[in-house]
Amino acid sequence: MRYIEPHAHMVSRTTDDYERLALAGCCAVCEPAFWAGFDRSSPAGFYDYFRQLTEHEPARAAKFGLKHFCWLCINPKEAEDVGFAKEVIALIPQFIQQPNVLGIGEIGLNKNSRNEMEVLEMHVDLAARCDQLVLVHTPHLEDKLKGTRLILDVLKNHPRIRPERVIIDHVEEHTVGMVLDAGFWAGMTLYPETKCTPARAVDILENFGRERLWLNSACDWGVSDPLAVPKAAREMKRRGHADDFVDGVVFGNPKKFLSQSPNFKLE
Amino acid sequence: MNRRQVLDLYFLEARSKLIDLAAFLDRVERAPGEDDYRLQALRAAFAELSGPAKSRAEAVLLALSDPTTEPIAQAPGKGATGAWPGKK
Repeated sequence: MRYIEPHAHMVSRTTDDYERLALAGCCAVCEPAFWAGFDRSSPAGFYDYFRQLTEHEPARAAKFGLKHFCWLCINPKEAEDVGFAKEVIALIPQFIQQPNVLGIGEIGLNKNSRNEMEVLEMHVDLAARCDQLVLVHTPHLEDKLKGTRLILDVLKNHPRIRPERVIIDHVEEHTVGMVLDAGFWAGMTLYPETKCTPARAVDILENFGRERLWLNSACDWGVSDPLAVPKAAREMKRRGHADDFVDGVVFGNPKKFLSQSPNFKLE
Repeated sequence: MNRRQVLDLYFLEARSKLIDLAAFLDRVERAPGEDDYRLQALRAAFAELSGPAKSRAEAVLLALSDPTTEPIAQAPGKGATGAWPGKK
């Protein structure tokens, strides 16, 4: 089986995990910028992080035959200080031309505050000005419904954002419909305790079809599983889905969306 | 898959989760102290299990969600608890 891991935070994972991904059939891993579990004390911390994403991680992945791509932003968990966020966003243009950068992400909301909204709008505007793909994080748990609605309002009201170039991630049963109905791509994150289990993700695929949907592990420093995508593929096969259906979900769909970036090349 | 095949594949897992949930309720109720909004929200969400077919998972998620629509003035922190503490 071949697949693309479209959302993984490999800076938090061991080198053994790169090997496990490769052995499971992963051919490319895509890493959005995120919260490291603690707040960075200065924009310089983000400068170093962006270098790690664009220089160090691609080299680490290449040792196992894996292509590594990334997305850049200041994540919503560190977006409450708008002045700080502005300084970090100002760093992004100098990294956008790096060969493994796919776009701006994972931007979005965390607690649905006004400051988070302002930083989200700055990111969306940057993506539009630089003609970049967008990857959006939707909030956790009780905040997801409201946050998804607010995010959709921001994106739909921006005159230069094209829905087919935006993926809205971490959808669940109560948000997937509104995202797809608005023309955006939707990502399902497979987590052991929060977000979707493999069984629920396959339920969503059966109810909504596979068009504009992808699966990811979003493995990071928390409770997460870097092999969640192949496990969901096994779940699909367990239910009798054909190999070409499974391949379309775990390889074809992410390839189709990500290939809108000229930097996404698998060969 | 037909219904029999779904039951063959998932019944024992669902049974196990149901017993775990029952044991959780027993555990939390024999502990000293008061309920909080999380347990109240969970009890309210139980009612959705007998709702219309095909949308029970969505209904449970909605029952545990913040239903308001306006951004809040300031983020109170970073974490989420899994249930909305406000009043609908």
